[in-house]
Amino acid sequence: MSRQSNRTTESKKMNSELFTLTYGALVTQLCKDYENDEEVNKQLDKMGYNIGVRLIEDFLARSSVGRCHDFRETADVIAKVAFKMYLGITPSVTNWSPAGDEFSLILESNPLVDFVELPDNHSTLVYSNLLCGVLRGALEMVQMAVDVRFAQDTLRGDNVTEIRMKFIKRIEENLPAGDE
Amino acid sequence: MYSAICGIKIGELRRLRSPNDEAHVTRKRNSGCLLQNHLIPKRQRMDTRFTRGKSAILERSLTRPKTEVSVSAFALLFSEMVQYCQSRVYSVSELQARLADLGQGVGASLLDVLVLREKNGKRETKVLNILLFIKVSVWKALFGKEADKLEQANDDDKTYYIIEKEPLINAFISVPKENSTLNCAAFTAGVVEAILTHSGFPAKVTAHWHKGTTLMIKFDEAVIARDKALDGR
Repeated sequence: MSRQSNRTTESKKMNSELFTLTYGALVTQLCKDYENDEEVNKQLDKMGYNIGVRLIEDFLARSSVGRCHDFRETADVIAKVAFKMYLGITPSVTNWSPAGDEFSLILESNPLVDFVELPDNHSTLVYSNLLCGVLRGALEMVQMAVDVRFAQDTLRGDNVTEIRMKFIKRIEENLPAGDE
Repeated sequence: MYSAICGIKIGELRRLRSPNDEAHVTRKRNSGCLLQNHLIPKRQRMDTRFTRGKSAILERSLTRPKTEVSVSAFALLFSEMVQYCQSRVYSVSELQARLADLGQGVGASLLDVLVLREKNGKRETKVLNILLFIKVSVWKALFGKEADKLEQANDDDKTYYIIEKEPLINAFISVPKENSTLNCAAFTAGVVEAILTHSGFPAKVTAHWHKGTTLMIKFDEAVIARDKALDGR
């Protein structure tokens, strides 16, 4: 069921408020459906992962970014190309670990949390956890296993929003058994 | 989301009351809980989030620079939402009901912010005006354009249609044959229903495949009766 449209490299933009409010409605619904915040975080991560797995194709098709040679290049592409393309923001890349396998994305503004204030009874909810899943899923599709988590979040009173990313390993391409 | 919108109301109220008078602002802030108690339903009054002092969100302006995200990002998010809803229901109508529920959350929040931002806090009292508000302001805020058409049913004065040839919501959704009645614009129907209901025009809104996507709005009898009474004056 592919739909042939005149797809251009420049992706279409829309007002971020519908996106923000829709995400808000989704998180609200998850909070109603699940018993505790950890379950909601897990579900958000899972949905993000599914998005990431699909998003990477869209990204590669539109961005014409080639293969990254090291993790530093990957970090730059994520911050300067991917975030800009999808969320209209450009986080800064900082706090590299000495080994060069771990860094932070600092988000000055986060379109997901416009209008949002966390109630006291959801203190362990990681509201934007979807983003972690998206990054994990997308990178997994280009053979990189990473660990992604929120280190700081303006919703919890921190000054900035910080996503910490750690490179775990390169995934070897193994053909599934029986699949020639 | 509810609390956030309360926040906006209160923040805006402060701004409106004393745009320049700093001393006044401080005084209001100190007696903040008093002011807030009027705006918040009784059952939430003791909630500490409203009384623990100012939150950054209250200080933000309502008219902010327009920010944009990519349509792909929204499409992927919406697709996940539909799949999530689908995993928890047994029928198409249940699925549409769940999507409409999600839309209601969006509509309720959006109504508050639009009324304050574009209407200076005034709300519509006439059926036709609220429908035009939806067709123009709401649609522009959500989809960046007016709705294609607004029509009234020939034989029924409580039924109206908002017709959208190619709704953004459905742009990337292909409906499987076995569920051909499913229209994910049920989400938009939820948004419209919440906006009408919260504005004092209780109605049922459903999405149908007709000339693209048609949202059918059926107002409560009382709404039409009131509108006619207002016309008579």
